[in-house]
This record gives sequence, structure tokens and C-alpha cells, in this order.
Amino acid sequence: MSLLEIKNLTAKLADEDKQILNGLNLTVEKGQVAAIMGPNGSGKSTLSYVLAGREDYEVTDGEALLDGENILELSPDERAAKGLFLAFQYPIEIPGVGQMTFLKAAVNAQRRKNGLDDMPTPEFMKLVNGRAKELGISPDMLRRSVNVGFSGGEKKRNEILQMALLQPKLAILDETDSGLDIDALKIVADGVNAMRSPDRGFVVITHYQRLLDYIKPDVVHVLSAGRIIKTGGPDLALELEAKGYADIVGKAA
Amino acid sequence: MPAVQETVEQVRAIDIDQYKYGFSTDIEMELAPKGLSEDIVRYISARKNEPAWMLEWRLDAYRRWLTMREPDWARVDYPQIDFQDMYYYAAPKSNAAPKSLDEIDPAILETYKKLGIPLREQEILAGVAPENRIAVDAVFDSVSVVTTFKEELKKSGVIFSSISEALHEHPELVKKYIGSVVPTTDNYYATLNAAVFSDGSFVYIPPGVRCPMELSTYFRINEQKTGQFERTLIIADKGSYVSYLEGCTAPMRDENQLHAAVVELIAHDDAEIKYSTVQNWYPGDSQGKGGIYNFVTKRGDCRGARSKISWTQVETGSAITWKYPSCILRGDDSQGEFYSIAVSNGAQQVDSGTKMIHLGKNTRSRIISKGISAGRSQNTYRGLVSAHRRATNAKNFTNCDSLLIGNACGAHTVPYIESKTASAVFEHEATTSKVSEDQMFYCMQRGLTQEEAIALIVNGFVKDVLQQLPMEFMVEAQKLIAISLEGSVG
Amino acid sequence: MVMNAITPIRTPAEQALIGAFGALRDSGPASAALEGLRIDGFSRFEASGLPHRRVEDWKYTDLRALMREARPLAGAPDASVLLAAKVAVGRLPRVGGSRIVLVDGFHAPDLADGGALPEGVTVSDLAAAMAQRPEISALVTGQPATRANIAFALNNAFLTEGLLIEVAPGTELGHALDLVSITSDGAPRLVTSRIVVVVGAGASAGIVETHLGPAGVEYQKNVVMQVVVRDGATLEHGRRQIEGDQALHLATLEASVGAEAHFDSLTLTTGAAVSRSQLFVRFAGEHSNVTLRGVSMLKGRQHADTALVMEHAVPHCQSRETFKHILDGEAHGVFQGKIIVQPVAQKTDGRMMSQTIMLAEGPSMDNKPELEIFADDVACAHGCTCGELDADLMFYLKARGIPHKEAEALLVEAFAREAIEDFGGGPLAVVEELREAMLTSVTEWMRART
Repeated sequence: MSLLEIKNLTAKLADEDKQILNGLNLTVEKGQVAAIMGPNGSGKSTLSYVLAGREDYEVTDGEALLDGENILELSPDERAAKGLFLAFQYPIEIPGVGQMTFLKAAVNAQRRKNGLDDMPTPEFMKLVNGRAKELGISPDMLRRSVNVGFSGGEKKRNEILQMALLQPKLAILDETDSGLDIDALKIVADGVNAMRSPDRGFVVITHYQRLLDYIKPDVVHVLSAGRIIKTGGPDLALELEAKGYADIVGKAA
Repeated sequence: MPAVQETVEQVRAIDIDQYKYGFSTDIEMELAPKGLSEDIVRYISARKNEPAWMLEWRLDAYRRWLTMREPDWARVDYPQIDFQDMYYYAAPKSNAAPKSLDEIDPAILETYKKLGIPLREQEILAGVAPENRIAVDAVFDSVSVVTTFKEELKKSGVIFSSISEALHEHPELVKKYIGSVVPTTDNYYATLNAAVFSDGSFVYIPPGVRCPMELSTYFRINEQKTGQFERTLIIADKGSYVSYLEGCTAPMRDENQLHAAVVELIAHDDAEIKYSTVQNWYPGDSQGKGGIYNFVTKRGDCRGARSKISWTQVETGSAITWKYPSCILRGDDSQGEFYSIAVSNGAQQVDSGTKMIHLGKNTRSRIISKGISAGRSQNTYRGLVSAHRRATNAKNFTNCDSLLIGNACGAHTVPYIESKTASAVFEHEATTSKVSEDQMFYCMQRGLTQEEAIALIVNGFVKDVLQQLPMEFMVEAQKLIAISLEGSVG
Repeated sequence: MVMNAITPIRTPAEQALIGAFGALRDSGPASAALEGLRIDGFSRFEASGLPHRRVEDWKYTDLRALMREARPLAGAPDASVLLAAKVAVGRLPRVGGSRIVLVDGFHAPDLADGGALPEGVTVSDLAAAMAQRPEISALVTGQPATRANIAFALNNAFLTEGLLIEVAPGTELGHALDLVSITSDGAPRLVTSRIVVVVGAGASAGIVETHLGPAGVEYQKNVVMQVVVRDGATLEHGRRQIEGDQALHLATLEASVGAEAHFDSLTLTTGAAVSRSQLFVRFAGEHSNVTLRGVSMLKGRQHADTALVMEHAVPHCQSRETFKHILDGEAHGVFQGKIIVQPVAQKTDGRMMSQTIMLAEGPSMDNKPELEIFADDVACAHGCTCGELDADLMFYLKARGIPHKEAEALLVEAFAREAIEDFGGGPLAVVEELREAMLTSVTEWMRART
């Protein structure tokens, strides 16, 4: 059974008529890193939001199976409990809510849904501090409110930290490279690579090939006008970088 | 003593409520005759063996009250209160001047235990570090039943007792200060309180003393058809410091009960008073039946130079809240603070805020108010900041934020900002919004349920104020806010 | 007459107003259309009297105390009055295109200037329009909040003439209408005027009001403008209150803004001993935006109050309110602003700001910025600041060799400019002229300080 199987997914913004995803088909296998590339406005972020269950979007047709189970009727927290993780393109600031409080709430919410007891605080602290160190997240950042006052790079690293703590089955990285300098990009990529495993799948959404130098994809899909129009190996990304989207999008149309 | 069990059962049957403190205590009470008259005022005064001047003071207030009109400017709506249809004095019969805890009705001790307020010092002492001890004055309906740690406090010269007791033991202090911050003529409810107040706490901190422990009063309304009118008077003499906490609960009843308290604080030169309230009177059921009418006058007088008064309040209870803890910044370089969280749900109505009256030079004030409305409630911040001609270099910063949860509630902000001094610097900002959908989605993507996500975001929203509470109460207040908002999202 | 068991004690001004109403009624019937308005207005006034500080909306402008006497009603100007007015108005530089002149509240067509009215614009008698067109009658009656207002009620009570200005749908005016309302010299009187402006669907128009009168005369003026901005229309509205130094000036602006419409209003207040500018603005259609702004510069013992109510009655609208007070001498500034968001008005975006600079030890400023919100999906905010000029900035400027007075003027102009700068934004040439005229007024006002 595939890890993620999207069949004929059609979706639009809830209060607009225009379809953004138009019968999208996509399969991601366990252990696979699938890159999704596409020009602006092709529906990349919409795909990530629809999979994570954002209310602003309405699914008008199709299904998305995670481990064989359709997740589209589930609330965002239920999807998270099933092992779906979204690293946000623009991580949200939550003033007044401490990082540690937030991380602990998330880790324990997941544990409870899986029938486990809350993680004892000392164990949790050890876990967070260890992961944070690997990602170059300072103790000071852990003391601040969630994402408040973080630089762009700090926010992205913070997303990867959360991913590392929650150990998802399927991680969707939405333009994780945007706003990162090369050093931050390496740290983030190392964090992702360290988590690659035969049981876990990644969907890496990006506009540029650059990220894929550091996170090597197994397969590259090209998204345009809400559909996957081409699928290939890592070379496809290089081809896109060289020729631009216009060429391939034009051919497909 | 009428059986109250039936009412309690009826109210319990309404299952939406999360109110934890809604039980009542079955205990034999002594009640004054129902209604209000000069005779009742005399009765209360006589029950307390008050000196003649105190009775005159009360009668004077009562006569004035008869000429006053109920204020109608607040955004609260309630049926006419029948002031003749309630009892103005209710005291446990067994409480005739108890000398020690052993003489107190065990039912009362049990009540406080159930509320999480142990009154036996040995119980408190077990396992609590000395610096974390809290002295409690327990007020049950109209009387103070016990004040703990009195002896220990006495060693450092601190007087902490019921106000009735203080009238006998320190009449000169009471006479000097009572009504000096909230005069008997102040407002309808304060004047009523002056006429009929039955008990409350009295605190005096001598010059240069830092009160060795937190002081607190725990108010409990138990009896039916009874109004609670307590009066608290705290005096911090030169260079002293005291932190005081007030808590309150009441049984769930389907009638409305009136609570009209007066709190007066006086801070002399270099003194500081920190006054915290966790107000959790029964709010009524989700349909607006029952609940406490909370009409309270709280005012602090920064009488001395460099004095400081800080109010922190967490308001989650009461059907109606009408309360504006204020500071009169009379002394030069004095400071006033007001930190408030007001949560309303169901059919609650809150009209609360503060007044910062800058009279002295270089006076400073700070107002942080966080209002959260849910259900069908109405939540209003009403505040005044004023600088008089003499108040050169006065400074105020005000931040008032409101959060709306659901589309049937209201959030309102009514600030008055009055400056008569060019060198006064006033800054005021206010926002109203709903819980951010982005924040909700982010939290839920990380696995938090909708209710958990709201509780987390709301706690972040009120954090600046929560931090002002003494540590032990911060956690309690956090839980209380979460409980108050349960069922607010569908 | 309303028969009250208790006869309220009337102030001399109230008695005079009651007398004036009687005299007006006895002087002959108004048109049937106005008669109803007059009676409604008068009975509202009679029931409540002049508002005083215990009336919440008038808390800081106690009209009963500030209006000690009521002046006799101004009559229609005669030839000599018109001639004098013509000279006075002629001295006032035009801002905009066609000039429409009111003298003592009466339309003076002979004093019109700046060429014929542009195509698509008509000016007609309000009473006649009310008699024929029920929608105009309904409009003149006013929204509930306006009707409950006593200044508005008094305007109704003493209405003898009104003007209806209409901009036909789709019309795009290149210049604003330059509306001048002048009070003549001589014995002080009470002037009442009423103007209704209807901007048709998709039209784009501008109107600039200038209110002036003789110095040293304690005249009283009560003006009401009611504006309808229909769907897709734009109205840019400027207002200069440069009344004589002894005048009492009460102004009410009521506006109803349709769907996808735009209304921008800027008021500059420097005149009158006592003035109050009331704004009642209401969104009637979705996806519209309104900007209300004002600059009040007061000195001596001047008193000026801005009282606005911005009502979001429909979803998806945006409003911005920006008001600045610059106070000198012992002046008294007041700002009361209320944003109301009705339960249906989801996605409302409202922001209100009131800022004050005090240039002397004597002035006082009262602010009451209110939010009244019944819908949850909104973003509303208000802010308020009050203080002296920033001492650090002053020091910095002086350290660069700029004299104290000039430094003050620079900072005050920058402060005022924030409210004036982005006024309009539509295609009208006049907006630029008006902005410049207002900035010049600020500069001159600062220069005139001694």
C-alpha cells in the first residue's frame, strides 16, 4: 500500500468559484522523497493546505488516502494524529504562548491520541534540548513565544524541530527554502535528511531546484494549473532550472 | 433554616455548567429580618457591638442612600433589584465568637476545605515552605469565621483581622481611615454598603514592614436570598509592603444574589500594596438564570510620595460584573497599575475597567486589560485616565485588547482620556479581534484539538496579566479561564 | 405642546429658542414637507432641552452652559447684505470649480462664481424635491442616531430653506464644488442651513465647504449636510471651519455609503469660540471604504469638539478615522469617536486614531475613542496619544541651528500633514488644491502664534 495516494483531487477556495486543484493524482511511497515543483499560482500551497485540512478550502471531488484511509473528512488535529505534518511556508506567530508549552502540548496531544501517557517533563526537556542543539536553535529561542521575534531562518528551523519531535509518517515541506540563506538551508536540509527512513515519506514543495541539491528527491513532479503534468527523476529538476517552467508547461498544455 | 437542597438539585439538573463551586452548605443560620430599614442598620450594628459613631456613620449613609438613584450608565441589563426582598445579615448560629478553630462549625471548615482553602494552620503548615504560606480571613455570608496566622503576623506588627474585630481592637485606625478613600456618598452601591456592611478584612502594615506572607480573604456566599456586603480596608504605612489576594465563590442557585463590596486601600510614602482578585462568583446558567450581581467599588489612594498600588483581577464569575478598581495618584512620583482579565461566557455581562486619577507630579500608571467574550455575553472595558493641572509629567500607558469567540457575543471599549497638563504623556491602544484562524490551524496541524488550541491561544493572549498574579494563583487562574470557556466553540 | 406634569426649568437660551419657534410658526406656514420636520425637531428639543454634561454624548461640550443666549433667527439677506457678502466671499480664494454661496443660510444664486455648474450636477430647492420625491423626504428625515441628536433636531426646527445637490450617475467631476457659507456682519443671529448631497451610482465628485463669518460677532450657526454616496460612487469631502472668533458653530454631517463606494472627508477647524463637528457615517453596502479625518488647531479659550459615529452595518467594509488636535493657550479640544460593528458586519476592518499635541501649559484635551462590537470576525483598533512635542526631536532640530519657534512649526506641520497628506486619492484636481490650502492654513496658524 502506498503511503499517500491522491486521486482526482479537485479543490477551490471556500468563498470563490475558481478551481485551484483540477483532478490532481499523486502517489508517494514509504521511504520516498517526492519533490513537487511548479510555477507561482500552480496550486502548490493549496495542495499542502488541503492535505492538512485548512478550512478556507473546499474539496469538490476526489480523495486523499494516507495509509489507505481517506483523510479529507478529518479535522486538522485528527490528520496530525495520523502522522501528517506540514512545515508551513509562513510559520504562524502565537504571542504569549511559550515555545516549550506549545511543543509539549503538541507532543502530548499526539501521544494521547495514540493511547500513550503524557511524556514526563524531564524526558521531554531532554528530547527538545537535544533536537534543538542539532538544529542550532538556541535556548533563548526556546524561551520565547512561538515564532514571535524569530527571523525567517529561525522560523523554518523551528518547523523542522517540531517535525523531529512529532516524528510524522508523512511530512509536507511547503517552500521550506524560501527566505533561507545558504547556511540555514544546509541546517534545515541536514535536519530533514536525518529523518529519512524506510517508513517515512516526504513531499517537498519548492519553486527552485536549489533545495533539491541538499535534499535529494527520489522523484520529481511538476504541478501546473492544479494538476501533475510531468513526473521524472532528479534530472527533471535540473531541466526545469535550466529551461524554466514556460517550456514544459507550454508543452503539456 | 429553609432546606436548600431542592434548589440545588434543580440547578444541578442544568448540566451545561462547569461551575465547580456550586455546592451549598447546610448549616443553621441566624438571619436578620428580611428587608432594609433603619432598624436593620441598627440591628447589624448591634449584632456587632459597634461603637456609637459607627452606627451614626451607617445611618448617615443609609439616609443618603434613600435619596440616590441606581446608576444606569453601564452596559448591563438586569431586572429591577428589590432591595426589600433580601436578607442583609446572615451568620452561622454556632459562630458566636469562636475562640479557636475547634469552636467553629465543622461544616464550615469542611466547606472551605472543599473549596481548596484549608483553615487549620497545622494542615497548611504540613508540607508548605514558610515563604509560601498564606494567611486567610474566611468570610462566610455576613461574618468572618476565622483568620489564620494572626499570631504569627502580630510578631511583625501586622494587623490582619476581620473588620468587626478591628473596630473593637483598633477603633482609632478604623475611624481614621474608613470612608477616607470611598466616602459614604460615593455611589449608590458603595453608600448601600456603608449602611449595611457586615464584615470584611482589615489589614494594617506598620512603617517599614514587609508583610512576611501573602494575605488573603476568601468570600463565600452560602445562604439563599442573602446579599453580601463586605468592606475591606488595607493600610500600608510608610515604607511597607503587602500582597493581598481575594477569592470568591457561591452556590449555584436560580435566584440572583447581590454582592456589593467596598475595598479601600491606602498607601503612605514609599509603601506598596499589591491587590489580586480571582473572582469566581456563580455566573448563572447558560440561559442567564441565577448568578451573582457583583457591584463593587474598589479604590486605592496613593496618598504618600513614591507609593504604589497595583490591582490585578481575573474575572470569570458573576452574572453581572460592575467594578472599576481605581487609583488616586495623589502623592508625587506615585504609581498605579491595573491588570485585568475578564472572561465572559453564557449570558454574563461584564462592565469593568479602572480609573487612574493623576493628581501628583511625575505620577505613572499602566493599564493592561484583556477581555474575552464568548457565548451570548457582553464584555465592556470602561476606563478613565485623567491628569489634573498639577500633575506635571504624568504618564499613562493603556493597552486594552478584546477577543471574541463566536458570533453572538459583544466586546466593547469605552475609555475616557482627559488631560489638563501639557507635559502629561498618555498613550492608549485598543484592539478587538477574533481568535486568529491562522493560529488555530497551526495548533491543530500540530495535533491540538479545537478546544485545546483555543485554551492555548487564549492563555497566550492573557499572559501579560497572568504573570502579575502570585505564582500559586497563576496556575489556578489559567485553569479557571479554560473552564470558563468550555463549550464556547461548537 | 407636550404636556408634562413637571415643567422643566428652562435656561434663557432655551426659552428664546422656544419663542423663536413660535414666532417662526406664526410668521406663516412652511411648505408641508418642511412643516413635519420642523415640528418633529422642535418637539424633540422641547422634550430634552439643550444637552448638558450629564448627557453622555455631550459630556465634554455642555451646550447648556456654552450657549448662554439664543440669537434671533436670521432672515433672508437683503440687497445690501448680499453686496457685502459678495465682497467678503470674493476675497476667499476658490478651491475647486463652480462656487455655490449661502448667505446667512440662504442660497444666493447671484453670488455664484467659477462658471456654470458642470454637466451632471443640479442644485435645486430641497423642499420642492421633498414634496415630489419620497426618497428625498426619507433621506432628509435622517438615520435614527442623527434624529436623536439635539443639534440636528434644532436644525429641523428652524429650517426655512434647503438645498439639494445631485450628481447624476456616472458623472465624473474634474473639480470639486466650492460651497461657501458666510454669515453677514451686524447684530448676531442664529443661522440654520441644510444641504443634501446625492452622488449617483458610479459617479465621482468632490465638495468643499468653507464656513466663515465676521470677527467679534457672537453669531450662532447650525449646519447640517446629509450625504448619500450611491453604489460604486466616490465622494471627496473637504470642510474648512474658519468662522469668526466669537461664533458658535454646530455642524452635522450624515453620510450613507453604498456598495463598493468610497467616501473621504477631511475637516480643518481653526475658527469659532465654540464648535462641534458631528459625523454620523454608515455603511449601507458591502466592500466600501470610508476615511474620516480632521485637524483642529485651537488657541485662546477656543473649544472644539469632534463627535463621530462610524457604523458598520454590512460586512466587508473598511473605515479609517484619523484626528489631530494642536492646542495652544487655554483651548479645550474634544474627540469622541465610536466605531459600531453590527452583528452582520463580519470582516469589518476599522481603525481610529486620535492624537494631540499641546503647545502650552494651559490647554486641555478630552478623548473618548469607543469600540462597540457585536460581530466576531473583525479587526478593529483605536489609539490615542496626548502630550507635548517630542523633546528629543526638538533638541535635535535646535542642535542643527533651527530656532525654537521654527522647530515647533516644522514638527506641528509634520504632525498635521499625517492627517491631510493622503486625503482623496481620487482623480479630482481640487483635492491637491485643498490639501495645499489646508497645509498653508496650518503654517499660517503656527506663524500667527505669538
